Amino acid sequence: MIFKVFPKKKLSSLYELLAYNIVVGPILKGTDRDGKSLYDFDVVYGFDELVLGYTSTIHSAKRFVLPYQENLSSFEISASDWQKNTDINVYKPLVFFGMHACDINALNKLDMVQAESVYPNPYYIGKRKSMFIIGINCTPEPQCFCQSMGTDTALHGFDLFITDIGEKYFVEILTSQAFELIKKISGKEPSQIDHQRYKHVSSQKNKLFTTTVDSSDLTKILDLEFDSKAWQIWGDKCLSCGTCANVCPTCYCYGVEENVDMDLKGATKTKTLHSCNLLDFASVAGGHNFRPESATRLKYRYYHKHRGFVEAFEEALCVGCGRCGESCLSDITPAEVIASVRNEV
Amino acid sequence: MNRRKGDTGGAFEYAYKAEITNIYSLTQNEKLYQIQICDPDLGDRFTFKPGQFVMLELPGIGEAPFSISSSPSTTGKFELCIRKVGNLTNFLDKVQRGARVGISGPFGTHFPVEQMVGQNILLIAGGLGIVPLRSPLLAVLENRSRYGQVDIMYGAKSPEQLLFTYQYEGWRRFDINLTVTVDNADQSWDGHVGLITEIIQPRINESASLADTTYAIVCGPPVMFRSVCNMLMDAGLPMGKMFVSLERRMHCGRGKCCRCNIGSTYTCLDGPVFDYWSVMNLKEAI
Repeated sequence: MIFKVFPKKKLSSLYELLAYNIVVGPILKGTDRDGKSLYDFDVVYGFDELVLGYTSTIHSAKRFVLPYQENLSSFEISASDWQKNTDINVYKPLVFFGMHACDINALNKLDMVQAESVYPNPYYIGKRKSMFIIGINCTPEPQCFCQSMGTDTALHGFDLFITDIGEKYFVEILTSQAFELIKKISGKEPSQIDHQRYKHVSSQKNKLFTTTVDSSDLTKILDLEFDSKAWQIWGDKCLSCGTCANVCPTCYCYGVEENVDMDLKGATKTKTLHSCNLLDFASVAGGHNFRPESATRLKYRYYHKHRGFVEAFEEALCVGCGRCGESCLSDITPAEVIASVRNEV
Repeated sequence: MNRRKGDTGGAFEYAYKAEITNIYSLTQNEKLYQIQICDPDLGDRFTFKPGQFVMLELPGIGEAPFSISSSPSTTGKFELCIRKVGNLTNFLDKVQRGARVGISGPFGTHFPVEQMVGQNILLIAGGLGIVPLRSPLLAVLENRSRYGQVDIMYGAKSPEQLLFTYQYEGWRRFDINLTVTVDNADQSWDGHVGLITEIIQPRINESASLADTTYAIVCGPPVMFRSVCNMLMDAGLPMGKMFVSLERRMHCGRGKCCRCNIGSTYTCLDGPVFDYWSVMNLKEAI
């Protein structure tokens, strides 16, 4: 990896160099009922709109590669035949300005399923490949447990990653486009002092994590605790609303619906993100539901993320961003659920 | 099962356009649809293995997975036996010969009939389970001399719900022991009445050693799998020589929508055909 440093005031120059593209970044959306600022990723129209010291955004970056709703194809229907038209919905390159390591890692995990697995998903790949990502180091919040999931730093999946080391930004560069950009804003080789400052910032960050999840041997423990009472307890609290999956940066389950146009001459096929917590997720034609109870659906979500995905891809489908717990209307947090299944509370 | 190094990528949104060339009414609720890929060149390339499924799409109505029920030795055309039970299948029930549908696939794993050469085969089906089972059965029939004793044991709720009755005589002529049972009989029925396990028991009692001589294919409702497979296991058949076909909801058939996911396993990619060992180690599978 190539490291560079540049003065902090040059960040706006970096933005201007990229601003002929659509730029998406963290912006202030409002406040919650306690007066706490709420941020979300959205299209940015000027450098001043960006709030790079943001706390975790409401939604993750997922919606730019896996939109909540997306038209997969359309049909032209005549009396005796039909024609299918498919548009993979890729428009312009997107610059992501200021993504935390957990969200970068979330996209990397989605890549495993959507891009690198059998039957690559062109709708996803098209959007993902035309993204330029600038990562930014963050300060852990109370709900963050990315350190426990090994996703507090990103090793790939970005173009450049910046860390505030006082007067300067310390930059990790992964792509040639990023290298050229840093050259244009006169990025310099980091000095020994810059190295020291970067290491100091990292170690200070590590001390700030307050939530931990013990994921050691979790796949086996989940197997052992399949019939644990904990699932019933959490299941009874769960509202089966699917909010956790909606804000989760790695949940990708979906449903497809087809609709005929009013004039009967056309039809559309639409994909909508779904959640395994919703009642109908595992129901089949004829009325049978493989997971009719709230508890089995909640359990399934944990099994998919912390057991099944690990078995298939050797890492968990969770980046420890804590959004699910923060947004849960029943205050169910993954840290508490996992701890109780491990019989630690 | 590391899926990181996936197989070669397949088509995602592509569908063959196909025509329903014939429709046969099998019972009050099930019809057999003969389907032919419209483009003959693409049709030549459309082959499948017994136990695999296709996604069938009706524009504007929806898409759903169906096990192929015909012989795998044909290319470009196949048969699907479909019960009217949901939106798509109720619509299919009303379509006429000549209707155009979208087909993607074939998807999924298959029954290893090549591996079964030289061995006896137990084909055990309950209800609609005869549908995915008919494809390996036809594959075996076409190469009858390569296999040992072949037994079909088939159970349905009532005589009028039995599928493919017109073929039973033909199957018997191919030197196959066919035993059929129904849960509820009427006066016209002179066959066996009772659970499927009752017709399996005498057959496994008479075999000396199932372990070295026999393979089993079991298809049916979830409740049947456990009782039948445990019975065969007690009779000495190893779990690795028993194959089942699982049913789940699917919206993509390509390991993306997660609707068919069971823990680590996608029924569409890792199934629908599993050996019983894999299913036993899969929580919530049956």
